[in-house]
Amino acid sequence: MSATLLSLAGVFLSTYLYLYKTGRIGTLACGTGSCEFVQFSSWSSFLGVEVSVIGIAGYLALFGLSLGTLQSPATERGWPSLALLLLALGGVLFTAYLTAVELFVLHAICRWCVGSAVIISLLFTVALLDWRRARP
Amino acid sequence: MAKPTGGLKPFYSALAVLAVAGIGVLGYLMSRQKPVSIPANVVVQLSDTLGFRGYLLGSDSAPIEVTEYADYQCPQCGAFATIQFPDVQHRLIQSGRVRWRYRDFPLSQHQFSRLAAHSAACASDQGRYWPQNASIYQGQIDWAMTKDAGGVFRNYAKANGLDLAAYDACMTSAKFAGRIQASYDEGVAVGIQATPTFMIGGRLYPGNMAADELVHVVDSLAAVKH
Repeated sequence: MSATLLSLAGVFLSTYLYLYKTGRIGTLACGTGSCEFVQFSSWSSFLGVEVSVIGIAGYLALFGLSLGTLQSPATERGWPSLALLLLALGGVLFTAYLTAVELFVLHAICRWCVGSAVIISLLFTVALLDWRRARP
Repeated sequence: MAKPTGGLKPFYSALAVLAVAGIGVLGYLMSRQKPVSIPANVVVQLSDTLGFRGYLLGSDSAPIEVTEYADYQCPQCGAFATIQFPDVQHRLIQSGRVRWRYRDFPLSQHQFSRLAAHSAACASDQGRYWPQNASIYQGQIDWAMTKDAGGVFRNYAKANGLDLAAYDACMTSAKFAGRIQASYDEGVAVGIQATPTFMIGGRLYPGNMAADELVHVVDSLAAVKH
């Protein structure tokens, strides 16, 4: 359940950043962070795809998988648990890469990116615990 | 086959409520945005230009001047601005060989061209014309397909360190609409038919030029002058 809620939060956060980037919501609520600088840097896309779009797709997939894990008792979840864990791991690694870019290349931090990093880290932890429970 | 776990109905209901609430918040944020538009074909007043003849870059004493007529939403202009212009700046403008003059030539088929030109003009009011010009061109692919590019330009303005209150007031007033129209009219008068077009030594060079070509033309002109 936690993974479902976290991935839904991730979907909304990524969508918010995407709407901002495409000019549909005006300003970004960022406080004193460097959100604009990060969002409009050349690092805001990966292999030609907006990072926020990758986030939406990734969190939607996590959302679907987490719903899949809810359909069976904890000990019988099998592949959905493993798939959730592997996808969350991919998300953590991608987030680590983006955070490294923020810290060491851009020297700027976007609070919303930090928010996403917290979400994906928690999601990975939950997925790991769920996978361990699901193992025979 | 595993049986579905029971007692999830309240959770799904709560999830649905959260999803609807999230969509509602995003929808509200989108509806808050009021698009700004810049009128076309305005009657140009003398006060609109007051001697203004384009945005300049480079030394006043440069022996050769290049005037670029461009449209912010034209893909070729975007390609020139992002790929060739940095090299042109390095080889011709910063070296003092060329003074660059940028003129707006917003094409009617591009719905955000005038808005982009106006955004850059408002940045010019705060001495940040060229950073805003670069941001708009670099982000062309991002804003060209949006519903309202004004929000994206405003974000560039913030990223470029503009005073947003003054920027917003400038955009809402559309005070540079006449200046943009005057620039367009000048382009028509000199025979611009496509963007980008470069005027070098009184001659028009239509289409996206490579930096090497521009250097070659400038070299030729410089040789003739000597």
